[in-house]
Amino acid sequence: MRRWLLILLVALAGLAGNGPQAREAAPLAADEATERRLVAISSELRCLVCQNESLSGSNAELANDLRREIRNLIHEGRSDAEIMEFMVSRYGDFVRYRPPLKGTTLLLWFGPGLLFVAALAALLLYLRRRERALADQRPLSGDETRRAEALLHDRDAPPRP
Amino acid sequence: MNRFLWPLIGFGVLVVLLAVGLNLNPRDVPSPLVGKPAPAFALTRLDAPEQQFSPKEMLGKVWLLNVWASWCVSCRQEHPVLVELAKRQSVPLVGLNYKEVRGDGAIDSSKLDAATEKRMVIDRAVSWLARHGDPYTLSVLDIDGRVGIDYGVYGVPETYVIDKAGIIRMKHTGPVTPDILAGKILPLLGELSR
Repeated sequence: MRRWLLILLVALAGLAGNGPQAREAAPLAADEATERRLVAISSELRCLVCQNESLSGSNAELANDLRREIRNLIHEGRSDAEIMEFMVSRYGDFVRYRPPLKGTTLLLWFGPGLLFVAALAALLLYLRRRERALADQRPLSGDETRRAEALLHDRDAPPRP
Repeated sequence: MNRFLWPLIGFGVLVVLLAVGLNLNPRDVPSPLVGKPAPAFALTRLDAPEQQFSPKEMLGKVWLLNVWASWCVSCRQEHPVLVELAKRQSVPLVGLNYKEVRGDGAIDSSKLDAATEKRMVIDRAVSWLARHGDPYTLSVLDIDGRVGIDYGVYGVPETYVIDKAGIIRMKHTGPVTPDILAGKILPLLGELSR
């Protein structure tokens, strides 16, 4: 019974795979070098529709169009920097996964480092303070014990004139 | 006292940061095109397919460019606002019909030849405007989305305000709401027309 069910499921899965929603794979560019450059460039770029996916990994309609555009630019013999400029001039720095270093992005680039240094300083300060506090709490030495006892003993004695 | 105060302050800062972050719209990507000349193009006009329209025809006028498509759900949402605008204002509103057929996920456009696709684009665009009203001075057809890329279109509908010198002065991504129209677009139009 179970086996029949399994066979049925496999058959159905096969059917679904060939259903109308399946699409043919997009054709690769004729030469492999172009394709490799396309992947290298587009993985540095953000897909604007899905935002947290790179242009190379995205299946969005716009991502397809932009990849086609990049492919054309590669065929025209443009350099990687020129292609990057093409994208940035249209969609802004937001399309780049590595934002450029400039006034508005200083905090973005150095913020985490600053935060780390501040946290390290706070930790050191705390540890040093704790060490001092612990140092005050070490057990009394033999000498100190005797003095303390003498003092306690003294208190029990009638006050001196 | 101090022991409880610092975590509390830290928590407060975190709450403020999260509150600000959650209220920002991640779709609001600042466009680098604002302050730059509107990219040139020459596209087929919807009302007269044998003619082409180019932004330089609008030099000397303040105008709006609105990116739309019949498959775009948010366009239907903003459409009454545009129809109302066209009734009240004399500002030219040019529609950029963006990937009418190719952008529609329900159609497999890879098997269509160019002439068939163009005919489909015109049929669909005309019937959509007939059904929902046509606020546009004219519409042009960006069948393959190339012009859309030049304008940095990434989410239809989008609206551009272009000044007399052909410079893009504002870009709005997403449906134009009555608030945005009254609060941002109309004041800017008034300022630019002076």
